[in-house]
Amino acid sequence: MNLAGRRSVVDVVLQNEGLIAAEAATRAKVLDRLRLSDSVFRRLTRGAAIGVLLLLSGVMGSLIAGSIPALRSFGLGFLVSERWNPVTENFGALPAIYGTVITSAIAMLIAVPLGLMIAFFLTELCPQWLRRPIGLAIELLAGIPSIIYGIWGLFVFAPFLQGTLQPFLINTLGNVPAIGPLFAGPPYGIGILTAGLILAIMVLPFITSISRDVFEAVPSVLKEAAYGLGCTTWEVVRNVVLPYCRVGVIGGIMLALGRALGETMAVTFVIGNAHRISASILAPGTTISATIANEFTEAVGDLYTSALIALGLILFIITFIVLAIARYMLLRIERRVG
Amino acid sequence: MAGSVLDARYTRRRRRNAIAKALALAATLVGLGWLVLILGALLWQGFGGLSPAVFTEMTPPPGSAGGLLNPIIGSLILTVLAVVIGTPIGILAGTYMAEYGRYDKLTSVVRFINDILLSAPSIVVGLFIYEVMVAPMGHFSGYAGGVALAVLVIPVVVRTTEDMLTLVPNALREAATSIGLPRSLAITQICYRAARAGMVTGVLLAVARISGETAPLLFTSLNNQFWSTNLNAPISSLPVVIFQFALSPYRDWQALAWTGALIITMAVLALSVTARALVATGKQS
Repeated sequence: MNLAGRRSVVDVVLQNEGLIAAEAATRAKVLDRLRLSDSVFRRLTRGAAIGVLLLLSGVMGSLIAGSIPALRSFGLGFLVSERWNPVTENFGALPAIYGTVITSAIAMLIAVPLGLMIAFFLTELCPQWLRRPIGLAIELLAGIPSIIYGIWGLFVFAPFLQGTLQPFLINTLGNVPAIGPLFAGPPYGIGILTAGLILAIMVLPFITSISRDVFEAVPSVLKEAAYGLGCTTWEVVRNVVLPYCRVGVIGGIMLALGRALGETMAVTFVIGNAHRISASILAPGTTISATIANEFTEAVGDLYTSALIALGLILFIITFIVLAIARYMLLRIERRVG
Repeated sequence: MAGSVLDARYTRRRRRNAIAKALALAATLVGLGWLVLILGALLWQGFGGLSPAVFTEMTPPPGSAGGLLNPIIGSLILTVLAVVIGTPIGILAGTYMAEYGRYDKLTSVVRFINDILLSAPSIVVGLFIYEVMVAPMGHFSGYAGGVALAVLVIPVVVRTTEDMLTLVPNALREAATSIGLPRSLAITQICYRAARAGMVTGVLLAVARISGETAPLLFTSLNNQFWSTNLNAPISSLPVVIFQFALSPYRDWQALAWTGALIITMAVLALSVTARALVATGKQS
């Protein structure tokens, strides 16, 4: 091969800077410079990647550091105490933890079946030309900022529930022996149930789009075999598609759960911010994130601030675990598909 | 005899199938209905308030007329700050994961952590920035708000950059190397160009995500009733103003909150539709 006649990058650099190509020393210098810029760039990117890790440990570290005063004064009792009294500086996280868990549970109870059914519709029933537009519209729900859900929930949805669903629940289910207390009390409009319903709308697109993606990844041979045996569409989805996608669907649900647990603004608007645990899901309550959003800027005294940061730490740990499980499961299904 | 039993079973299965299909259709209609209801309410409540005054006047005290100029400008400033800080870090980290360390341990750990950051509660990010910036500085500031939003930008950009660079065919890298390009130039001159549409999409998605974020701003940039572009002081932002005005008892503040909500939603939806369109054209070419 005639290497002499070919120009390398070094020649291009030399030419651009008006240097004489013949000098070996200049050539070496340019080459060195290119090598240096290469290793600098490599280190820069590596540094940024490590920076992402530091970010997470920084969040964790600062939350732990900030919550030490509260954890020192209240100990583990912080987790199980129901008091929340800024005046006497007596704080317990239980009502907030309870509110977070119960609103997320209501949200999942509604959003999971709904999301799975929409995914079923989009993958098996919907005419081809409608799939993209409908899928897109559902995903737009995920794009709407949470504060919009909040303002809509407060001014439109809560009054609507107060006038319709809540009186209905009180008059019917409220009188059923075992579950009656769940639906007792006056219809406030705002409260645990309203927050749960809003959360359901917010996480619906996550469940839908992930389930749709994993449903679509089912090998058509499997489905065709089931149809060949005479299965109905529902039986194919119920007995072939769902079991095949189990891991991916659970991953999607956990991801949605992680979102629901940490959601702040939408919940803050409609939960009512009451630090107590009520048997009724129609009563106002609070969640970890709503408590922080409502009270942090008004918190006076180190202990109050620290108690709120400790709440944030609890929330972060819970969501971290849930999201880690979600990612692990989605990773498993990705490996199988890819 | 046996035939009729089978017939009955067959009818039952068919009926169950029909019910499931109807439920699926109903679920989809419910999902779409919610979108329509929310957007409808926004237009209904917010559209009437749209006027030039909204974009030219400051936030008013209760009971007098005004607009949303200072929160709109504040939001723009904070968003630009967040993108300027977050995008380079995100692109560099994504570059390492896709180019230098595609198969090493660090990359899989960073990918896992990044995916968790992607969905981590944003209010926790607010607390983090409060601890590391607001508390040491002694006051709320626009810088703190911008950095808090940047923390939300980074994971989105990392994710899309990595995904898009992974899609760049290896033949391009080999071709670049064969003409003697150092790795860094091959990446910045060749791979970035090939992946540009996708990377821009990532930034757009990140902007869409942060422009409606309220929780991390509540105790970082706080709020400001007056005209201020000083980043070292509390600065007004649209989401925080909506939060404050919507929860106030004053009718005209609530009306302004609805108008602000409409503006944000339209901006966010426009951004995400643009981002999707970019991805779609990128796939075709």
